[in-house]
Amino acid sequence: MILDEDAAAHPPTDDRGPSAPSASRGALVWRRLRRNKMAIAGAVIIVLLFVAAFTYTWYWPWSYTQPDLTAFLTAPSGTHVFGTDNDGFDLFAETMRGLQKSLIIGLLVAVLSTGVSALVGSVAGYFRGWADWLITAIVDLLLTLPGFLILAVLSPTFRGKTWLLFVLLIAAFNWMITARIVRGMTLALKEQEFVRAARLMGLPSWRVISRHILPQITSLLIVDATVNVGGAILTETSLSYFGFGIQPPDISLGTLIANGTSSALTFPWLFFIPAGFLVVTVLAVNMVGDGVRDAFDPSSTRGARRADRRELRAERRAARAAGRDS
Amino acid sequence: MIRFLLRRLVNYVVLCFLAVFFTYVLASLTFDPISLLKAHKPPPPAATIADKVHQLHLDQPIPQRFLTWFTSVLHGNFGDTVYGSAIAPDVWERAGVSFRLFLFGTIFAVVLGVLVGVSGAVRQYRFSDYASTFLSYILIAMPVFVLGTLLKYGATELNYATGSSFLLFTGETTPGFTGSFGAEIWDRFRHLILPTIAIGLGPAGAAYYSRYQRNAMLDVLGADFLRTAAAKGLRRGRVLYRHGLRVALIPMAALFTYGFATMIVGGPFTERIFGWYGMGDWLIIGIQTEDTNLTATVTLFVAVCVLVSGLLADLAYAALDPRIRI
Repeated sequence: MILDEDAAAHPPTDDRGPSAPSASRGALVWRRLRRNKMAIAGAVIIVLLFVAAFTYTWYWPWSYTQPDLTAFLTAPSGTHVFGTDNDGFDLFAETMRGLQKSLIIGLLVAVLSTGVSALVGSVAGYFRGWADWLITAIVDLLLTLPGFLILAVLSPTFRGKTWLLFVLLIAAFNWMITARIVRGMTLALKEQEFVRAARLMGLPSWRVISRHILPQITSLLIVDATVNVGGAILTETSLSYFGFGIQPPDISLGTLIANGTSSALTFPWLFFIPAGFLVVTVLAVNMVGDGVRDAFDPSSTRGARRADRRELRAERRAARAAGRDS
Repeated sequence: MIRFLLRRLVNYVVLCFLAVFFTYVLASLTFDPISLLKAHKPPPPAATIADKVHQLHLDQPIPQRFLTWFTSVLHGNFGDTVYGSAIAPDVWERAGVSFRLFLFGTIFAVVLGVLVGVSGAVRQYRFSDYASTFLSYILIAMPVFVLGTLLKYGATELNYATGSSFLLFTGETTPGFTGSFGAEIWDRFRHLILPTIAIGLGPAGAAYYSRYQRNAMLDVLGADFLRTAAAKGLRRGRVLYRHGLRVALIPMAALFTYGFATMIVGGPFTERIFGWYGMGDWLIIGIQTEDTNLTATVTLFVAVCVLVSGLLADLAYAALDPRIRI
């Protein structure tokens, strides 16, 4: 959801601080990420949700396809921890199944769309010419047209087909902003000596891009993929909410919430439980995403050692106080 | 300055046209209203189907269909729905309904977002900063269909608890309501509160603006020109708001168009949840009945809204950044 236009203006630089003269960049980033409590909490929540969702058939007696014909619309109780819906389906089983779909779609879309952005952006920036013109035009156009609208219009094409097609289509309308940033960075990198040297040595273009340009922007791509997961989950559930995405008999958190909406006042568990799972999932994903971004960003203070942070804060306070007094 | 705006206007109009064209073509390719007709039981006679095909111009090639539709749009006629009723009579009323929602929602989102963002930056690492950050994280993770239903639930509880019915959440006016002009405005206002909050706090709403505003303001707070302003003896409020905020608002103008296009996506959800009959509701009907004319009409409305927001952002940009005006 959160886009970082700044990244285009500041290509990643090596940040070997004085505190770690010999650590590699990867190790540094990893250490900063580990120190970020929010990111770790988010990661733990995601792992727990993942395990709970994908193994629920092992530990849960009810399945999302088998209604309990003795319990319609029962409130959460001992036998049905999350209650049942109006056809007697166990809401816990349904929620776990929906969570499976939403999680896997979110991850796949994020990885795919980041891959497309990397490819399209670097090709546009490297070759310029008509490819660049075309891609810039497409990006401009798709920024005017909300992706939701196009995906909704396209929904009859994947009705009744595999959900992987749905994944492909969401990814196809999700890469524009990052592609634009990648293009800007490629333009800058192309003029650097090591890239020119590689070209003069006679390397084919695809190799220059894959060996010399893309590795320079890995950090942006990792950050982008992580940050995209939350947005992808929200897109999927929004489309499924109106029946334009995952469709019955299959289940996603979006279809579950849509079912629960009309009865939110009378049978609140049908709405609040799936909605709560959705919000917690996206929140956790975004916490990790922000943590990853901060870990890659040398100017960020979050995830830095606490002593450093305290020092920085004191410095800022002093500067502010100085500003007030004078 | 005028030339800059004119150039942007031409650019936006071309994008608008292309957006509508592509949506029309995509919709014509994917929609199959005849199959819906054939699915009726008992199936309609072949002559009826042939009539329908002719009436919907399905026997013509798609570019010709688009041209016919587009020239009639220029004459104020938006074509017929698949059920044969004219679209034009309802267009202005529905556009008005959605426009009011977007207008107030945008004002609410931008004003609240900027205020919260600036106060978060000025009071960085205080309790209020942490509280607003936490809240905006939750709001960013919450899709509008969850937020809208939550607001509705909360309003019902609140009305019940206070024994009043101040907050109204179905429709945009009370059906059959008559009264003086003032009373009617008051009635509409009470219906407007919850949908405006839903769309203003929804995707790309106040939370989105506040996160960016906070970052932009933090960057500016550390800048030399602000220290100079303080050093020459200006009061703190003047330093922060006249010198600081004005510069920190410039990047927000660039974010506004994209944010607005994202916020529009909240329209269909908000309108459906609160029972408004606007463009968003039409979009859902148009896609469910596989109606190309209806969908293209809504797309035209969306594209025009994005165009206006883009021009407004350009104007704000020019007003905030004197370098643009030369």
